[in-house]
Amino acid sequence: MSDGLIRRDRVFGLLAGEPGRAERLRERVVARDRVFGFMERFPLPETEVSIDAGTILYLEGVTVSFDGFKALNDLNLYIDDGELRCIIGPNGAGKTTMMDVITGKTRPDSGKVFFGRNTNLLTLDEAAIATAGIGRKFQQPTVFENLSVFHNLELSMAADKGIWPSLTWRLNGLQRDRIDEVLELIGLDSQRQDRAGALSHGQKQWLEIGMLLTQNPLLLLVDEPVAGMTEQEVEQTAELLVALAGQHSVVVVEHDMAFVRSIARRVTVLHEGHVLAEGSMEQIQNNPKVIEVYLGAADADG
Amino acid sequence: MGPLSRILFGDRVSWLFLVLLAAIAIILPWLNLTQPPDSPWYVSNYALNLWGKYLCYALLALSVDLIWGYCGILSLGHGAFFALGGYAMGMYLMLQIGDRGVYGHPELPDFMVFLNWDALPWYWYGFDQFWFAMLMVIVAPGLLAFIFGWLAFRSRVTGVYFSIITQALTFALMLAFFRNEMGFGGNNGLTDFKDILGYDLQAKTTRIGLFVASAVALALGFIACRYIVTSKLGRVAVAIRDTEPRTRFIGYRVERFKLWLFTFSAVLAGIAGALYVPQVGIINPGEFAPLKSIELAVWVAVGGRGTLYGAAAGAILVNNAKTWFTTAAPEFWLFALGALFVLVTVLFPKGIIGLLRRRGGEGS
Repeated sequence: MSDGLIRRDRVFGLLAGEPGRAERLRERVVARDRVFGFMERFPLPETEVSIDAGTILYLEGVTVSFDGFKALNDLNLYIDDGELRCIIGPNGAGKTTMMDVITGKTRPDSGKVFFGRNTNLLTLDEAAIATAGIGRKFQQPTVFENLSVFHNLELSMAADKGIWPSLTWRLNGLQRDRIDEVLELIGLDSQRQDRAGALSHGQKQWLEIGMLLTQNPLLLLVDEPVAGMTEQEVEQTAELLVALAGQHSVVVVEHDMAFVRSIARRVTVLHEGHVLAEGSMEQIQNNPKVIEVYLGAADADG
Repeated sequence: MGPLSRILFGDRVSWLFLVLLAAIAIILPWLNLTQPPDSPWYVSNYALNLWGKYLCYALLALSVDLIWGYCGILSLGHGAFFALGGYAMGMYLMLQIGDRGVYGHPELPDFMVFLNWDALPWYWYGFDQFWFAMLMVIVAPGLLAFIFGWLAFRSRVTGVYFSIITQALTFALMLAFFRNEMGFGGNNGLTDFKDILGYDLQAKTTRIGLFVASAVALALGFIACRYIVTSKLGRVAVAIRDTEPRTRFIGYRVERFKLWLFTFSAVLAGIAGALYVPQVGIINPGEFAPLKSIELAVWVAVGGRGTLYGAAAGAILVNNAKTWFTTAAPEFWLFALGALFVLVTVLFPKGIIGLLRRRGGEGS
């Protein structure tokens, strides 16, 4: 019952638009100076990935089934280089499975997954995919609880992650500055030596975002970034993701519609492992198929 | 902070451990040499020898703590690597006997003469050379750990499943080494050693030399492990221990890190075994017994995981207790060991070191 209520709330948020909050967020995000301009001073790592065609991620005809249940069903999705894309969809639509396929955790039964034109992700393991330039933030904040905040950021920092380089690793000045800046940005500067396990839920979310920043990937996959955040933190996250797009490509899975509306240029709706609709928030909101899916789900629950 | 100061001064207790170890390495032999037997300060040959053994066990415990305490890999077969190092040393010592054996054969060890063999098996070649035997002390356990670890980690065998197959590994090796046809002395193993590098194994100076060598090996092993755990590699290990999938997603090849640590740890265990054998004068398949490897995990748990010195202290404490029990009340030792393990796991999950730390923390 309560679940149904929450969902219905989301539906009405989606359709009616919760205007005050979304507009407020968007205005601040756009209006504020580029707080995150420092990102540009850290060029992206050298990459083999070919993005000449303007598309950074290709998923074509991807199907994944678990015991006969098709989590992804002939999914086709293209992400442009530098794009900020939001992916929405009811529970069980296949959003997390899609992330798992891209990051190498799950192998699809069929289909193609390419990073740029030349990097076939289905031939790489998780570590190689991360090294190629795909970073992921999980739904549940997963930081290394027994390491300090500083060391969490250091560990994820883009570098040669082989055994010998790790053994003889020493931070250079530039890398140290980078961590300092990220610490400042995520508001954990005074807690840099604290154990990450001692942070609050919201702080862990920020630390994980900070880890993505030091990792500096070409493509960021962000799963429900604002869950458990305060209004102000949500706003900051929105700013950050908008600032990251352009140089980086960002794919966000999120349930918070006001948040989605405040950041998204393009939205993809997943339903039963398939792309149901794609377009601007406006188009999505007026798409009868989307309305039916969301209302149908809410009705079934209620 | 440079690597050296990081290892030595980064942690006060580690520094204290090294100082204590140096003190033991100097004071015990000195007392053994200078004090008359009726002095209260006298350290008997027996006691010195016993402490030499403890130091080898401490190195073995260190090797287990490196992978268990820091990387979450619980090996219940580390006794196998210890025994392999021991056998490599034993083979060298065996070939040093020459014609002084019971059968007086100039080339073949007694057990081969007894089995009516007329030549050394090919895998005994080279073991008359000290350097080759020492190379094998490293290569034999290292190679086994590498192959075994490669198969296990590549297939992502983790947790309790990994522990079980390491038990199977050491059990299989025990059965193999019990067989006379294997050419390692079967049931009796290798024994009756006479000398090492030309020095008589019974001589006091040789015994002191072996004792000091064990202390030095433990100190170097400790420093090497400290270097690893205080490096970024050590933090990757902790990351793997706590959330393995997350570590993969930021670009670390988890199985390679595990494989490397496991192999290094096996080599340390092998070195410990090689130093142990000349001090106890025998190596037999009993060292492969699964129970020995479990006992070894108990030392580490009792001392305290994830500190290195805790594991070494645990090995020394538990073995002291074992020596005391097996003379005072031998039938109770296994019960005492079991009770100790249960108590420590339930009451002080961080071992004795964790308990001391908590006390220290409350005091200050």
